[in-house]
Amino acid sequence: MNHYKNMKKTYWLFLAPVLITLLLVIVLPFIYGIYTSFTNSNGLTMSFIGLTNYKELFSDQRFLESINITFWFSIISVLLVNIIGLAFGLLVTSIKGKFATFLRTTFFIPNLIGGVILGFIWQFIFIQAFSAIGSATGISFFDNWLATSVSGFWALVIVFVWQMSGYVMLIYISFLTSISQSVIDSAKMDGVNAWQMFWYIKFPTVAPAFTISLFLTLTNAFRLYDLNLTLTNGGPFGSTEMLAMNIYNTAFQEYSQGYAQTKGVLFFIIVTIVTVLQLYLSRKREMDV
Amino acid sequence: MKKQLDFNKVLIIILAIVLSLSWLYPFFLIFINSFKTRTEILSNVIGIPEEITLANYPNSFTAMNYLSGFGNSLIITVASVGLTVLFSAMAAYVLHRRNTKLSTFIYYFCGVTMLIPFQAIMIPLINVFGQLNLLNRTGLTIMNIGFSVSLSVYLYYGAMRSISTDLDDAANIDGASRIDIFFRIILPILKPTTVTVIILNGMKIWNDYLLPSLVVNQEGMRTLPLELYSFFGEFTTQWELALTGLILAIIPVVLLFISLQKYFIAGLSEGSLKM
Repeated sequence: MNHYKNMKKTYWLFLAPVLITLLLVIVLPFIYGIYTSFTNSNGLTMSFIGLTNYKELFSDQRFLESINITFWFSIISVLLVNIIGLAFGLLVTSIKGKFATFLRTTFFIPNLIGGVILGFIWQFIFIQAFSAIGSATGISFFDNWLATSVSGFWALVIVFVWQMSGYVMLIYISFLTSISQSVIDSAKMDGVNAWQMFWYIKFPTVAPAFTISLFLTLTNAFRLYDLNLTLTNGGPFGSTEMLAMNIYNTAFQEYSQGYAQTKGVLFFIIVTIVTVLQLYLSRKREMDV
Repeated sequence: MKKQLDFNKVLIIILAIVLSLSWLYPFFLIFINSFKTRTEILSNVIGIPEEITLANYPNSFTAMNYLSGFGNSLIITVASVGLTVLFSAMAAYVLHRRNTKLSTFIYYFCGVTMLIPFQAIMIPLINVFGQLNLLNRTGLTIMNIGFSVSLSVYLYYGAMRSISTDLDDAANIDGASRIDIFFRIILPILKPTTVTVIILNGMKIWNDYLLPSLVVNQEGMRTLPLELYSFFGEFTTQWELALTGLILAIIPVVLLFISLQKYFIAGLSEGSLKM
C-alpha cells in the first residue's frame, strides 16, 4: 500500500479532527477530573487533600441512598422494559401490513422525544389528571404521586418504561424478523401451537437480543437525569435523587466540585465493571453457540 | 381450524388497538388540554374541550421564545452531526485502510472513551471550556462532536470492512489521491451508515438537556429543551401555556420522524445492534 502518494500525511490529516476533539472533550477533562477528585475544589480554589473525599463517600448517607435508589430503579426498569419490549415485538411481528407499521410507530414515539418533554407531560398527568381522577372517584391512590418517595419512585419507573420499551422493541423486532418464514410454516404443519412456537422457535432466536437490550436499558437507567429533574427533582427531601442528579447537585448547587468529582470517578468505575461484564457475557454466549 | 385462527387474529388486533391507544393517551391528553382555557383545564382535565381556544398557541409561541430556541437547536444539531459524520468517516477510512499497530491502538482508544460516563467528566469539562472562553454555541458543538465521534468511528469502521480495497487501488492507478478516493468513492458508498450516524446522534443532540444547560444557558443561546424548561418552571400555574409549549416542541420531531420513518427505524435498529 506504500505506493500511495503522501499516505502518511493523509493518515494524520484524516485522523486529526477526531483525535483533537476526543483529547479536548474527553481525555483532558478525564485526567483533570481524576486529579480534581483528590482536591477540595469549589470551582474557584482547590488544594490537594489526598484520599479525604474517597473516605467521605462511605459515610455520606445521601449519596449511598442515591446509589441504592439507582440500583433498584435500574433492576426494576430493565425487567419491565424488556418484558414489554419483547411483548410489543411479538405483537407487531404477528400482524402484517400498514397496521404493523402504525403499531411500531406508536410504541416507538415516546423514545423519539426528549426526557425533558416526557417528564413535563407526565408531571401534568400525575399532578392534574391523577388528582382529578382521585377527587372524582374518592380513591386516595391517585393523590400526590410526585410528592411521596414511594409513588415518586414508581412515577419515574412508569415514565422511563414508557420511553424505553419502544426502542427495545425495535431490537427484538430485528431478531424476530430474521426467523425464516419456511421454519414457521413447517412448524405449523407439524401442529405446533402458539406457546410452543414462542418457547422453542422464537425465544432462542431472540436470546442474543437480551444481552444487547439488557445492557442498553441498564446504561440508560444508570445515567438517568432528565426525567428525574422534571418529575420529582429528587424530592421529597432527596428521597428520589438518583446518582446522576446527586453528582450534579453536589457540583453545581453545593459547589463541592472536588467531592462531586470523586463521585464521578466512582460512577466511572461502576460503569466500567458493568460493561466489562457485558462483554464477557456476550463473548461467553458466542463461544457456547 | 380456519375459524379458530380468525378468532385469534381478531383478538390480537383488538388487543393491539387498545394497547396502542393507551400508549398514545398521554400525548392525546396534552393535545386536547392545549385547546382549553386555564379555568377549564382545572375544572375539566380529562374531557374534550367544551369550546376550542386557539389563543394558547400564539401566546405560548412568543412566551417560550420558540423561534430562538428552535433556531439554536437546529444550528447546533446540524453543525454537530454534520461534522461528526465527516470527521468519523475520515478517521474510520484511514484506520481501516492503513492497518498498523498504531491504527489498532487508536481504534481501541475510541472504544475506551465510550466507557466514560458524562457525569465523570462534566465538571472538569465545563472548567476547561470555561478557561478557553468556549461556554457558547461553538463550544457546545465541539463537545457534541467529542461525545459522538467514538461510536460513529466504530459504525463506519464496521462498514469499511465490506468495501473492497480493489476500489481504492483501481482509482489510485488512475491517479486519484487518497483524498479524492475518500470523497468521491468511499463516502458515497458509506451512505447507509451515514444515515445511522445522523439519526443516532441527531436525536441525542436535539433532545439533550443536561449538557446545553451547563454550556448555553443564557438569553439568546438557549436550545429548545432549555427554553421549554425555563418556560415550564415559570408557567406551571399557567398550564394552558405550558402544555401548548410541549405540543409545539413535539410537532417538528414527530413530523420529521413520520416523513423519514423508514430511515429512522433502519438506522436505530442498525445502531443498537452494533453498539
